[in-house]
Amino acid sequence: MNQTRNGTGARVHESMVAMVWHRFRRHPGAVAGLITLSLLVLSVILVAFSPYDPEKSDLSSRLESPSWKHPFGTDPLGRDLLTRVLYGGRISLAVGLMVVGITLLIGIPVGAVAGYFGGWVDNVLMRITDAALSLPALLVLILLSAILREVELPLVQRNNVLTIALVIGLLSWMTVARLVRASCLIIREMEFVVAARSIGASDLRIVLYHILPNAIGPIIVESTLEMGYAIMEESGLSFLGFGIMPPTPSWGNLLGNAQQHMTRHPWLAIFPGLMIFLALISVNYIGDGLRDAFDPYKVLKQVGEV
Amino acid sequence: MGRYIVRRLLQAIPMLFLISIVLFALVNIAPGGPLAGHGRSRRIRPEKAEILKRQFGLDKPLPLQYVIWLIGNDWMRVDADGDGIAESYGERRGILRGDFGFSFQTRRPVLKEVADRLPNTIYLMTVTLIVVAIVAIPVGVISAVEQYSLFDIVVTTFSFIGQAIPEFWLGLILILVFYAWLENPFTGKPFLPSGGMYTLGEEFSVWDRVRHLILPITMGMVGWIAWYSRFLRSSMLDVIHQDYIRTARAKGLTERLVLYRHALKNAAIPLVTIFALDVPYIFAGSLYAELLFSWPGMGRLYYQAALRRDYPVLMAVLIIGAGVMVVCNLLADIAYGCLDPRVRYE
Repeated sequence: MNQTRNGTGARVHESMVAMVWHRFRRHPGAVAGLITLSLLVLSVILVAFSPYDPEKSDLSSRLESPSWKHPFGTDPLGRDLLTRVLYGGRISLAVGLMVVGITLLIGIPVGAVAGYFGGWVDNVLMRITDAALSLPALLVLILLSAILREVELPLVQRNNVLTIALVIGLLSWMTVARLVRASCLIIREMEFVVAARSIGASDLRIVLYHILPNAIGPIIVESTLEMGYAIMEESGLSFLGFGIMPPTPSWGNLLGNAQQHMTRHPWLAIFPGLMIFLALISVNYIGDGLRDAFDPYKVLKQVGEV
Repeated sequence: MGRYIVRRLLQAIPMLFLISIVLFALVNIAPGGPLAGHGRSRRIRPEKAEILKRQFGLDKPLPLQYVIWLIGNDWMRVDADGDGIAESYGERRGILRGDFGFSFQTRRPVLKEVADRLPNTIYLMTVTLIVVAIVAIPVGVISAVEQYSLFDIVVTTFSFIGQAIPEFWLGLILILVFYAWLENPFTGKPFLPSGGMYTLGEEFSVWDRVRHLILPITMGMVGWIAWYSRFLRSSMLDVIHQDYIRTARAKGLTERLVLYRHALKNAAIPLVTIFALDVPYIFAGSLYAELLFSWPGMGRLYYQAALRRDYPVLMAVLIIGAGVMVVCNLLADIAYGCLDPRVRYE
């Protein structure tokens, strides 16, 4: 089935991945970012083997300075900060990934339907997109999570990971939708789409197999950057006390709770922030590398050949 | 042009209605309803709750409540004492006539609360933006002109770092360094104050004001400098390879004139648009600075309202925010047309 669908397409697809990887590798920042992010992911997985419990307090070792036993020190309840920071990383990275998923799940259909069908459908969908873009995102996030803090639905309970991811995702699909719409507008007029239609391909098939694969570059780049925004937004919300609730650690609420002790115990504030910074800078560099890799035109333009 | 503006404004109206409906629905389907943040004691006797509901008009169907919220209830009889009989005309005038109701916390008109805080936020953000412009413009221009030089590499790296530093973390570090650790060698007091707009109980002095501005501004500006210098750099790179720049050089203009008169003017066109779109974000972003440095602005007002679920204040700030956003969008498009004569409005 694959072969009849793609014909030579499968090979073309493979070579595109190879081409992108080849260009990506030559971007030192992107490679460094990829390595940092991989290490980060690895350590939030391996923290399962930590000898300390992330949530159980140990009042005999409160607020200890960094040492061999506790590399990041301990918090006011005697919990190992390194363990908590890494468990917090699980939360923050999970929220980031889930937000990207939600963004794509909403953004791609909205953008594809608007761009492919045009007319009044396009008009309505784009007005909704505009309206969503006109909301001051941070403020709406605060309002939503202030409301949801009290909610106990199945799955969506008191600002757990899913709730926060949903809230952030609902406010960040618009860029992807616009991107997909723009790609659809360009690609649907191209000859291979006309050809596909002439042999009787359905609308759904054209969008799924002909238009979206050709718009994949910008979507991937945008998803990477979106992950960075999501991590930043989750940390900010949790920092303000509207995001992930203690005792579950997240980078943001670790920072927020560090405030009252940080003058005398600065490591409480330094390490969680450093992790947010590392995650964001690697994601941003990866996004930059992918953008260059997917867009050979830009490189040519910089050289002055176009 | 005039017709274009009118058409855009007309388009904005249904959008604002859509936003207001969504926000209104959100607050009203929230657990506890719109009165969740009202009153100090958490438990209200059921019969008291009934009376309160009638007094606030919450016994009416939601669509009617929405209409009342929009245009007020001074045209209909309401049940002011909550005994189940509508006897007198209402007093609310609705948000369309500028009546956002009263804050649950302070019992003052919401609009007064906002008017008290707004100038402080504008003050903080204006100074921040001036500093951002002073730093970001020359940095962006130079790193574009000297592409791949040491300066450019350093700037590009710093712009990545600046965009990845969480603003609130930077604020904490700044407090740590300049308030907790460093001290003024002459007075033995902390090097910089950790909050407020001025020292309480002291006479007005410019120096005192400046000292209170340094940390919140530094915290707010780093990300924006990184963003704008990077944006200006790539925009300048697009421009300086254009033919008209070569022409300007060929006719013997000084490099300074070529760059800042001919190139920067054109490179700034997308920048102006981006800036107009950023304004609402810049204001929302000041929330962190206002919180960390106890700055009595809109962001802190909103945060405190959210903590206590002071819905009238939250709704007012959000509606005003959405309005500002729409206006900024329109300004961005108009500015684009004014600056770039190739753009035509149909």
